[in-house]
Order: sequence, then structure tokens, then C-alpha cells
Amino acid sequence: MATTLADDLRPLHHPHSWVTKYVWSQDHKVIAIQYSCTAIGIGLVALVLSALMRLQLGFPGAFPAIQPDNYLQFVSMHGMIMVVYLLTALLLGGFGNYLIPLMIGARDMVFPFVNMLSFWFYLLSVIVLVAGFFVPGGPTGAGWTLYPPQAISEGTPGHQWGIVTMLVSLAIFVAAFTMGGLNYVTTVLQARTRGMTLMRMPLSVWGIFTASVMGLLAFPALFVAAIMMLFDHLAGTSFFMPTMQSMGAITPTQGGSPLLFQHLFWFFGHPEVYIVALPAFGIVSDLISVHARRNIFGYRMMVWAIVIIGALSFLVWAHHMYVSGMNPYFGFFFATSTLIIAIPTAIKVYNWLLTLWRGDIHLRVPMLFAIAFIFTFIHGGLSGLFLGNVSVDVPLSDTFFVVAHFHMVMGVSPVLVIFGAIYHWYPKIFGRMWNETLGKLHFWITFLGVYAIFLPMHYLGILGVPRRYYALGETAFIPQSVHLANAWISIAALVVFCAQGLFFFNMIWSLFRGPRADPNPWGAASLEWLTPDTPPAHGNWGPHLPVVYRWAYDYSVPGAARDFIPQTEPQVEQRA
Amino acid sequence: MPVAVAIAMLVVGSVAFHLFSPWWRTPIASNWGSIDSALDVTLWICGAAFVGLNLFLAWALVKYRHRPGHRAHYEPENPSLERRLTFWTAIGIAGMLAPGLAAWGKYVSVPKEATVIEAVGQQWQWSFRYPGPDGVLGAAGVKYITPDNGLGLDPLDPFGRDDILVESGDLHLPVGKPVKIVLRSKDVLHDFYVPEFRAKMDLVPGIVTYFWLTPTKTGTFDILCAELCGTGHHAMRGKVVVETPQAFAQWQAQQSSFGQILAEAPPAAMSILLIKANACIVPASWSIR
Ligand code: HEM
Ligand SMILES: [Cu+2]
Ligand SMILES: [Cu+2]
Repeated sequence: MATTLADDLRPLHHPHSWVTKYVWSQDHKVIAIQYSCTAIGIGLVALVLSALMRLQLGFPGAFPAIQPDNYLQFVSMHGMIMVVYLLTALLLGGFGNYLIPLMIGARDMVFPFVNMLSFWFYLLSVIVLVAGFFVPGGPTGAGWTLYPPQAISEGTPGHQWGIVTMLVSLAIFVAAFTMGGLNYVTTVLQARTRGMTLMRMPLSVWGIFTASVMGLLAFPALFVAAIMMLFDHLAGTSFFMPTMQSMGAITPTQGGSPLLFQHLFWFFGHPEVYIVALPAFGIVSDLISVHARRNIFGYRMMVWAIVIIGALSFLVWAHHMYVSGMNPYFGFFFATSTLIIAIPTAIKVYNWLLTLWRGDIHLRVPMLFAIAFIFTFIHGGLSGLFLGNVSVDVPLSDTFFVVAHFHMVMGVSPVLVIFGAIYHWYPKIFGRMWNETLGKLHFWITFLGVYAIFLPMHYLGILGVPRRYYALGETAFIPQSVHLANAWISIAALVVFCAQGLFFFNMIWSLFRGPRADPNPWGAASLEWLTPDTPPAHGNWGPHLPVVYRWAYDYSVPGAARDFIPQTEPQVEQRA
Repeated sequence: MPVAVAIAMLVVGSVAFHLFSPWWRTPIASNWGSIDSALDVTLWICGAAFVGLNLFLAWALVKYRHRPGHRAHYEPENPSLERRLTFWTAIGIAGMLAPGLAAWGKYVSVPKEATVIEAVGQQWQWSFRYPGPDGVLGAAGVKYITPDNGLGLDPLDPFGRDDILVESGDLHLPVGKPVKIVLRSKDVLHDFYVPEFRAKMDLVPGIVTYFWLTPTKTGTFDILCAELCGTGHHAMRGKVVVETPQAFAQWQAQQSSFGQILAEAPPAAMSILLIKANACIVPASWSIR
């Protein structure tokens, strides 16, 4: 495969028919689109579930079809789909696949066949996941954290079959991710074009690369946890099952540890947050730099921050377990490590702001989303310090403060980046331009809407409103005004829900009717904008691979004729 | 431009929301004021960062917006600026971590004089157990549970005989006395949560967990379950009544002890109870002091 490095086009798998071109494709760009469409499709299911949950919370009793069991099933499926099947798949399988080869100057991934398999395994995992809606008893309602014993015990919806489809689907997803992740890592390490040193790569690639490495280390923990729970459920083992009662009858299980599952889950679950966040960090850095016409500020710091965050995020998992009943002395260590991560994270925020500072800011739609991301990420990052600061977490854990925090930091923020990224690369991917007015409208409703949804939730959480509650009922400390707030939050959520129609209409309509796009409409310096064809053809680079002479951020260089210098342009000294 | 204005307005709006919204902590009813102050310190530091960073963002968006002829400044990095920012961030972080860890230090060290009280969770209700005059909770475990021994006390453990049982009733606590609440679950995970106490802890089947507090205010408060435990999670409620030591003693005198329950149990129920106790498949559990 090393030959893909050279200008040789022969080792590529050339499609011969429509089916090998668009279905069993081994082209990273087609696979990226397959991944993205599947992820967005299943993401829409999660979005519909969130609307149903909000209907119940905002107007309790008005929808008798939503029973407590249904609510818990919606919560669980919504959470799991959003985190794993939408964000992870879209950011790594979608953007990772599309951007890595184009940004580092490769013709394709180094293992195109494995790359194709990765998508089909992912699709299979989605199908198994969706099957959960149709099995007897419905999907699991154990929360996206799937904690045993309740996940496989009487009294939890979907404890018989729903949990099985969920665990099997996760295991397949991990297999799919492993195939994709190995590809992304190897491609970045092995297939960079001449001159593309690691420290010349765009931050998007750094973010996706680090996240892939983390995924390869973190997903196995989820995998074994899923397999062990399947054994507990189907084969009568007791990995996670202590001596206990189930609906009044004593179970045959004994000696297992529910906390063991929580450790395994969060050893995956916390890095997972950064598996989603780091690609978004990388991508947003590039959006900000391109549209502010200014080099990313402190590039080396940014790279190191990504790597350090990635490494440290394996040392903080038990901050999700401060009140889980684990040895309470762990709290000291995990609070300290968690708050230390805030330092490299803050550096990233400063450097985004300092990139805007003294820039030449063009407020196009992708940039608007990037700016909104900075705002929501600052908010979500800061609320995370409350939850990381162990004793402060005690009153807040398992309340709506947590719901508000993680939606701000890993729901809303990455989704804003994804929107920005889609608007940003759409002209390259499809060769057409979207409608600016619709794009702006979509931006404003989404940005202001999500803040209206999630800001008040923090305060409900500080008051003490618990999460995963079907209904608050008569509770002395909860005033009537909370119910009013819940109704308004739900209305905001429904508005945001509907506004996504603008996005889909814009994207689909522009696919056919949008004006032809310029090959490099934003004047970007990185390689993906320099392909000979737009959209890039199979093999990406025509007869010769590009040669790289500089980093991806030469914007507004003093003395240069234009306000950007493509990476392929030789340095002046070398030309002389 | 509009986006800069929007960011600035959102900052102002968030601060106004913070100041004027009716939702904030419930009035505290325990000794955990240190948790509240750690939250306040965190809030002030984070609030300052939120306002400062976002106003800088809004200002930069206005000041450096694209205008004809305007060009960005080329400056790949500025190590001294980045070092200073890192330093001040570390100071801010240390400033909130210190009170946070200090409060946690108290949270994990139960005072010696604390009386032990047990809360038992099951889908979907709360029960409670007091150690009785000997001050020791008798051994208990799921394996001992019978219809007449709902909390699963070991009938052979003498420490358990005087234990006072409150099955699906209210928890009563004397005001001003530290209590160590030990937690036991019969089935799945639960979490003992009284917002006014600030403290909470999960119940984990198979192990005994604990936390401690000193109630500082008399009154009746809701106990919620704060760890998803199935269909009835939202309805798993209890009440805690904090009262004067005299009222507490009076109330306690009216409750029945495990010994009394055993004495009143019909012989058939008694033999089931004892058969369970002799089943030695499961490792024994211990009395809790
Ligand atoms: C407008 C968009 C969204 C709305 C209105 C929304 C709403 C909700 C609601 C109402 C809950 C349940 C709260 C509870 O009762 O505990 C929830 C849970 C959750 N959401 Fe979202 N959500 C949205 C987007 C997202 C996104 C983009 C993510 C991606 C990370 C996400 C991840 C989660 C997770 C992980 C949970 C927790 C599930 C659990 O408790 O097991 N949500 N969301
Ligand atoms: Cu975490
Ligand atoms: Cu419960």
C-alpha cells in the first residue's frame, strides 16, 4: 500500500460500475458521505425522541401515549444515538474520512477495503440498534449509561430484548470504529504527501487523529463491558450482578460488582466526550482561521493542547462516579486531574479568541457557527468545573444541571461545529453553493434557540430538579414556576426542532439548484481546496500528488499579494 | 455585527437571568454550608471568566470585522502571552479546587460521635432502620429477606434484635446531631437525595455505602431517588422529618423493634425466617457500628 504515497494511481481500487462506485465503494469520499448520511439519518431519530421527551416534560399528562417506560426509553435511545451513532460516527467516519486524505495530500485511506467494511459494519450496528424499537418490550430504558443491575433486571423497560439489541449493536459499532480508526491513524502516519510534516497538518487532522487514537484505546472498555453484560444477561454469569432481589424474588446471581461496570463504562465514556470534542476543536480552529483571514494563533500550543487533553482524559473517568459509592478518597485524585484538564482546554479557547483578535473577520455562515461554538463551549466548559470540583458535584449530580452541562459542551457545541463544517466544505464536496439567507436564518434560530433551551436548565438543576424523571409530581421544593419554565423550554426545543428543516431544505435544494461553487470560495490555504477537480475526482490529485512547502495557516502574510498562500506554494527562499 | 451584539446581549441576559430568575438553591437544612461556599467560589471564578471571555469575543468581532482595505495581522505565536494566560488560568483553577477539596475532606470524614442510621432502597420505596439502644445495626442481607423480615436482618445476630425498623414510613432525624447514613439496596442502584441537605450518595446492591450530615433545621423534606432505578424512579419518594431531640425520642419510642416483630411472628413465619438464616450459600454480612 505504500505505493499510494507515490504518484502511481494503479493501486487504487477503480470502480467499474454504478454499484462499485456508489454502494460498495472504496473511495474515502463516497464512504464519508455514506457515513454522514447514515449518521444524520439516525440522528434525526434521536432528535424526534428529544422532541417527544420535551413534550412530556413541558406538558406532563397532555400526551397519555407517553408512559414512564416510554419516557425512559426515549431518554436512553436519544442519549446513546446522539453520542455514539451521530456524533462519533459523523465526526470520525464522516469528516475524518473526507478530510484526512484530502488535507494530508493522499489519494485515499491506506486500507480502502477495510474502510468500506467499516461503513457496512456501522450500518449494521445502526440496523440492530433500530431493531430495538421493534423487539418485544421495546428498546432499553436503562439510560444511555446502561448501568447494571437495572439494565438487565425486572422493572426497567427493555430489560429482556431491548438491552440485547443495544449491547450487540454497540459491539458491532466498536468493530466498525476499530476498522475506521486504524485506517485514520495509519493514513495520517503513513500517507502524508511530500513536505507534509506532522507540524504542518491542519488542526482538523490533528483533532481527528488524536480522537481516533483515543477511540482505539477507549472503545475496547465499552466492548468488554457490553460482552460481560450480555453474558450476565444471557448466560447467567455474575460479573456485574450481586446477590439481590428482583421484584421481590431473590436472583441466582451473586458476588458481582455493579461498580465494575461503571468503571468500565466511564473509562470509555469520558474519553468518548473528547473523541467527540477533539475533532470539533480541530475543525473549528480551521473555520476560524480561514474566515478571520488570520493564522491560527499559537499553532504548536494548539497541537500540544489536543495531545495533552487526549492523554489526560484517560485519567479522569471517575469524576462521573463521585457519589457512586466507590471509595470516596478517589474523589481527591479525580477532582484534581479533572480540573487540570481545564488548563489545556482554556488555552484552546484563548487561542481561538486570539485568532479573531487582529483578524479580518468575514462573518459568513460557517464563521457564525464557529463563533456560536466559542460561546456555547465557554459556557459548557465552565459549568463542567462545577461538576468536576467533587464536593460541588454532590448536590448537582444527577440533576438537570448535569443535563444542561453536557448538552452545552458535548451536544450543542459539536453540533454547531458540524453545521459550520457542512456549510464550509459543502462547496467542495458537492461543487455547489448553498443559499446564504436560509443559512443565516438557520443559524440564528438554532443558536438563540439552544441557549434558551439549556440556560434555564442549569438553574433548575441548582434548585434540585432531578434528571431522568418522567414527571416531577407534587414536590414541596419545586415551585409552580418550574413547570412554567419547563413549558417554555419545550416550546424553544420545538422551534429549534422545526428550524432544522431549513437546513435540510437548503442542503438538498442546493444540491440540484445551487449555483456552481468556486473551487476555493473562502480563499483557504489548506490542501483540500487545491484539488484539480471540484468535487475531487477518484484519486483526488490527478496525475501528480501535491507537494507541500508550508503550514496550512499562511493568511495575510505581510508582503504577499493575496491574503492567503496555499500550502503548495514554495517558500520564497527556496524559489530563488 | 449582529452576532457581536447577540453575544454581548447573551452575556448581559445570562447575568440578568442569574440575578432575577426565581430558581436557586433550596434553603440549606444541614451542615454542608461548605459545599455551598465551594459552589459560590466556583461560580464567581467561572462567572468572571464567562463574562470576560465573551465580552472580549464580542469586542473582537466588532473591532476586527472585515472592511475594505483592512488586513489581518500575521503573528504565528506569542509564547509570553500564552504563558501568562496559562499561569492565570492555573491560579483560577487552584482557587476553586482548594475549597472544593476542603469540603470533600469533611464529606469523607465521618465524626466519631455520629449515630448510625440505615436507609434501605428498593423498587420503588424507602425504608429505614435505627440501631436501637445498643447503638449497633445488626447484620443484614438480601438473603435473609422473608415476608416478615422485609429488611433482611439476620435473626441470629443479637445486635439486630433491638434495631428499630421503619418500613415505608418517614425517616425521623434529631436536629443538631451528626448522623452517618448507611445505605443498602435490595435490588438495583438508587440514590438518597434530599436537596435541602445538599448531600447525596448512591445505594449499590452488594455493598454498603454511606455519607454523613448534621441536620440544622427542623421541618419535613422530600427524599428523592437520584439514580435511575426503572419505571417508578420518579415516584420513589420518601419524607424526612427533622425534629427536636425530645420529639425524636418520643417518636422512636413508638416504633417497633426487630425483636418485637419476631416475638409477634407466627411460628410458620419464624421457621421460614430461620431457614433463610441457615442457608450458608452467601458470605455473611456484618453488623454495622
Ligand atoms: C435540541 C436538541 C436536544 C434536546 C431538546 C435534547 C433534550 C434532552 C432531554 C429532554 C433529555 C432527557 C433529560 C432527562 O430527563 O434526564 C436529554 C438527554 C440526553 N441528551 Fe439530549 N437533547 C438535544 C440534543 C442532544 C445532543 C446533540 C446530544 C449529543 C451529545 C444529546 C445527548 C444527550 C444525552 C447523552 C442525554 C442523557 C441520556 C440519559 O440520561 O441517559 N442531546 N436530552
Ligand atoms: Cu467525564
Ligand atoms: Cu430509586
